[in-house]
Amino acid sequence: MILVVVEHGNGRIGKSARELVTAARSCGVEGPVAALVLGSDVAAIATEAATLVGQVLVADRPELATYDAELWAAAVAQIAREGEVALVLIAASRSGREYSPRVAVKLEAPLIEGAACLTFEGGVVRGERYSFLSRVTETVESNAAVVVATVLPGAFAPAEALGAPGEQFDVDLELPERRLIVTGAQPANAGRLPLGEAEIVVAGGRGTGSAEGFERIVVGLADKLGAAVGATRAVVDAGWRPYAEQVGQTGVTVQPRLYLAIGISGAVQHLSGMNKSQTIVAINKDADAPIFTVADYGIVGDCDAIVEALKSAIG
Amino acid sequence: MRILAIVAQVPGAEERLKVAEGGVDLGASKLVLDTMDEYGVEEALRLREAGAGGDTAVEVIVLGVGPSRVEAALRNALALGADRAVLVDSGAIDLARDVVATSKVIAEVAKRERADLVLCGAQQADSDSQALGAAVAERLGWAQATWVTALTCEGRTLAGRHDVDDGQQDFRLPLPAVVTAQQGLNEPRYPTLPNIMKARKKELRMEVLAGFDVAPQVRLVKQELQHRERLHRLIPGSDAKAAADELLRALREDAKVLA
Ligand SMILES: Cc1cc2nc3c(=O)[nH]c(=O)nc-3n(C[C@H](O)[C@H](O)[C@H](O)COP(=O)(O)OP(=O)(O)OC[C@H]3O[C@@H](n4cnc5c(N)ncnc54)[C@H](O)[C@@H]3O)c2cc1C
Repeated sequence: MILVVVEHGNGRIGKSARELVTAARSCGVEGPVAALVLGSDVAAIATEAATLVGQVLVADRPELATYDAELWAAAVAQIAREGEVALVLIAASRSGREYSPRVAVKLEAPLIEGAACLTFEGGVVRGERYSFLSRVTETVESNAAVVVATVLPGAFAPAEALGAPGEQFDVDLELPERRLIVTGAQPANAGRLPLGEAEIVVAGGRGTGSAEGFERIVVGLADKLGAAVGATRAVVDAGWRPYAEQVGQTGVTVQPRLYLAIGISGAVQHLSGMNKSQTIVAINKDADAPIFTVADYGIVGDCDAIVEALKSAIG
Repeated sequence: MRILAIVAQVPGAEERLKVAEGGVDLGASKLVLDTMDEYGVEEALRLREAGAGGDTAVEVIVLGVGPSRVEAALRNALALGADRAVLVDSGAIDLARDVVATSKVIAEVAKRERADLVLCGAQQADSDSQALGAAVAERLGWAQATWVTALTCEGRTLAGRHDVDDGQQDFRLPLPAVVTAQQGLNEPRYPTLPNIMKARKKELRMEVLAGFDVAPQVRLVKQELQHRERLHRLIPGSDAKAAADELLRALREDAKVLA
């Protein structure tokens, strides 16, 4: 059996859950696909998940109201063990990448992290992933009896519903106590489009001059294009923008249809978070800025003047 | 209190990578102490200097697991101020793609050294793995906090801030624990000349992997440098309006990525 762990929020299953189901179906020659829903008050989510797979395992418990690495790992490992699962698929989100190692260790299973491609044939799980700060693509494989893999967002197309809804089962879990106690939260910019899911990303760097400059140039253009806003670490460290908008090694990885980099130098750590975008535009006053090495279209010039002209031209 | 900081050796971020015979060839690359791990080492030193948890005799041990060349990264960490180092030489066995196996070695050393806190980088810049800290925590049965950007220690309780799916969180966490470090946590110091000289005399204990009963379960099949053809079309920027019009036209009509 292949087990998919369902991410959800705001009463809906996440895009990643649909993508994992596609990954599981493509690997599914080796067995049926089941989905695991963890949370509190998740009946609607379980029903939505049941449109995608034959079996949905549901752990609906108040202790699972918010994510915790140790709770999630204990739950997933228990289900994987009891269900004799051969392949556990988890989204390569920040949380997925932090609890999946615990699942793997509990199962003594190898972990394939951040798979962009995944196959399962003849008992061998083979994954393609990125390494060396996303500059290398590598193929890894394992013939272990159980394998845990995290799958990159956007690597698989979201799955469509099956004809008939799958069955739902409530599961009993033995959960540990929480040890990490959350004492405060600075949520991401709630009003804006989530970066990871956006088709167009307008990102700005220190070349926008100031927090006000960033707002006018980058956010202004993003609003015109219905795009998400991204930022460099330099801009986040300067306090111009919230961390949730950071693109790169220590931020979000994006792969939109169109990425506009405005006043961004193009450091390796930034590129690793956006160099898989379909079309990249760079606007920078320095013709030698490394960002131009990954750009399809480049404009050398002052970003303020050029973006103002872009905004007027869009209307 | 004893703090174990994990250290990896990776190519410098600006280093050009070379691939030969289906694998990354680091033979000619300049290798450095992984920046992310450096934040962990720095944090360990700061906790020692602050007398973390009311302990004025905090010991900072750095640990590397990998080929013998990792010694250079450990010497570097000693020069920054770590008290002593342990290198588990993996010899001919390639552990680099199997974090689950590597975590067994680290957890074993943490137990033998009776560590209270393990620090490591949130991501390793060679394997791009983000799993090491959590895997070690699970091996030890300890709590974890990943992607930490602020950390303090009072008695046996850590407090800090870290990145999560949806922004940032403040947290409390009991020791023993594993914490993964990243940019923002601190500004790592530079090694001073006296410390570099002192580092040569500090203890660096060598161990061999054979003593740890690990066998990697992940096989590296091949590696390729990514190469994506880009258009590299430069649009003159001297006339902002003309540049904007041409960009929009190209995005709409040529690339077809804008409506
Ligand atoms: C461990 C580690 C992790 C990191 N993680 C990340 C990460 O996740 N994301 C990230 O982004 N960075 C990350 N960094 C930082 C990264 O190395 C760079 O420092 C950062 O990306 C630079 O941001 P920037 O391009 O905004 O600033 P700068 O490098 O200062 O570049 C500003 C650019 O703006 C241009 N410019 C200036 N004025 C104008 C103008 N008027 N019009 C047009 N262009 C102009 C300049 O020519 C320059 O190219 C990380 C670093 C480390 C060590």
